Amino acid sequence: MFTRREFLKSMGVVAAGSTTMLGLSGSAAAANGKSRGHVVVVGGGYGGATTAKYLRMWSGGSVDVTLVERNTTFISCPMSNLVIGGLRQIDDITVSYDNLKSKWGVNIVTDEVTAIDAAKRTVSTAKNGTLKYDRLVLSPGIDFIPGAIGGLDGNEELVPHAWKAGAQTVLLRKQLEEMADGGVYALQIPRSPYRCPPGPYERACLVANYLRQAKPRSKVLVLDANGEIQSKKGHFTKAFEAYDGMIEYVPNSKLLSVDAKARTAELEFDTIQAGVLNVIPPMRAGEIAIKAGLPLINERWVEVDWLTLEAKGVPGVHVIGDALFPAPTMPKSGHMANQHGKVVAAAIINLFEGLPPNPTPVVMNTCYSFVDDKNVVHVASVHQYDAETKQPMPVKDAGGLSAAANDIEGKAALAWAQNIWADMLA
Amino acid sequence: MKLKLALASLCMVGATAPAYAQDPHLARNLAATCANCHGTNGHSQGGMESLAGEPKEKLMQKLMDFRSGEKPATIMHQIVKGYTDEQLELITAYFAAQK
Repeated sequence: MFTRREFLKSMGVVAAGSTTMLGLSGSAAAANGKSRGHVVVVGGGYGGATTAKYLRMWSGGSVDVTLVERNTTFISCPMSNLVIGGLRQIDDITVSYDNLKSKWGVNIVTDEVTAIDAAKRTVSTAKNGTLKYDRLVLSPGIDFIPGAIGGLDGNEELVPHAWKAGAQTVLLRKQLEEMADGGVYALQIPRSPYRCPPGPYERACLVANYLRQAKPRSKVLVLDANGEIQSKKGHFTKAFEAYDGMIEYVPNSKLLSVDAKARTAELEFDTIQAGVLNVIPPMRAGEIAIKAGLPLINERWVEVDWLTLEAKGVPGVHVIGDALFPAPTMPKSGHMANQHGKVVAAAIINLFEGLPPNPTPVVMNTCYSFVDDKNVVHVASVHQYDAETKQPMPVKDAGGLSAAANDIEGKAALAWAQNIWADMLA
Repeated sequence: MKLKLALASLCMVGATAPAYAQDPHLARNLAATCANCHGTNGHSQGGMESLAGEPKEKLMQKLMDFRSGEKPATIMHQIVKGYTDEQLELITAYFAAQK
């Protein structure tokens, strides 16, 4: 329950909130009858692109939206393991921002945000000067913790992570194509929590699926810093076995350092010589969230108010997606970031209208993983806001896993991608 | 103890009283949780069922059949259990009203 201090604090927040609302309704919204306010969205991934579109759609164009994104196109992390496994091309997972601009009237700025001034409500960009906002939405994804693994920093060309889709995805694919038959593909998985819990295990399967056909004497070595498979464990255990010894899974294998040029990996009790060394380093909220001094939990993830998705104690600065300290059992997934985007869009429009945020938000997650070129397993969950704990809580007895890997869900996974990309960007 | 209780209940009233006022856009917000797979406002891009403009009763019946297990599914039988009947009523009404 509430302590007295928390109670007073929450009253203070309410009071501050209503002042802002009065200020807005007295100026922008009422005066010209057009713009209710300007929202700057930073990051055009699953979270940010969804926020931008839904703010425009749900406000009937009455909220101005600027999306700042450093890449010129959206490239999807989900489905990028299909590119790494040689089953799709990078173009198949690339979507233009053109519709956000032409159909929805989002102002797209291809740039990088370098600083945030929450008091002045401005962001600084590298090339486009200072942008003023009424509300800011950060969807910065993740960045890797510098210095976490010896010898790794600055060597991502030699030792790719491919945990942000794009050039790294293509690079890892190229390295796999160039690897000699009989080589070892070694994959390091960081300790949880990390972006996309089942992703590394899907990657191991899809690389094995490729090597089995193209380089059958090769090996997939999964070095997991965790004690066990972190998602869909039964399904992935079974899937690994189906590759007849090609995949070796080694739990509790925390990588200490790498020799990037030699492609060797130093573990606590072992040194691995890899043909392709794929290291997913420990990660935290995207750099801009750290730079902006937002409140972090475990020095890694941003703490938010779950009704507005505002960073705790930083009014007007909302944070969504992988950068958040998650509510219980809430995964860091593209699907979930899209759901955050809708919650924050609804909350911001309400706040501009002088209404409280929706007191009962719901978010849900669906995640499909390929275990080979056709068969897929899912995990799903539904999270309802709980007024007692003030965070979304998973609904008991809802959600769950596939009964078994199957090709019907293989088709569903591809349809999921087309639909969610359209939901964000079309 | 009594004072503590009284304070606690006072706080509860203060904190949760507005929480029971339903959001004017609740149906829209709930339906948006389906859009990732079923398309924005239920307009599917293919490969998933389009929900836009489908009769409410038909959608409700399907969901109930997923929930009971009468209609076989890969995933919907698990997802539908995450929503209350009232929420499903709002969601289906919202999709039925889409053109």
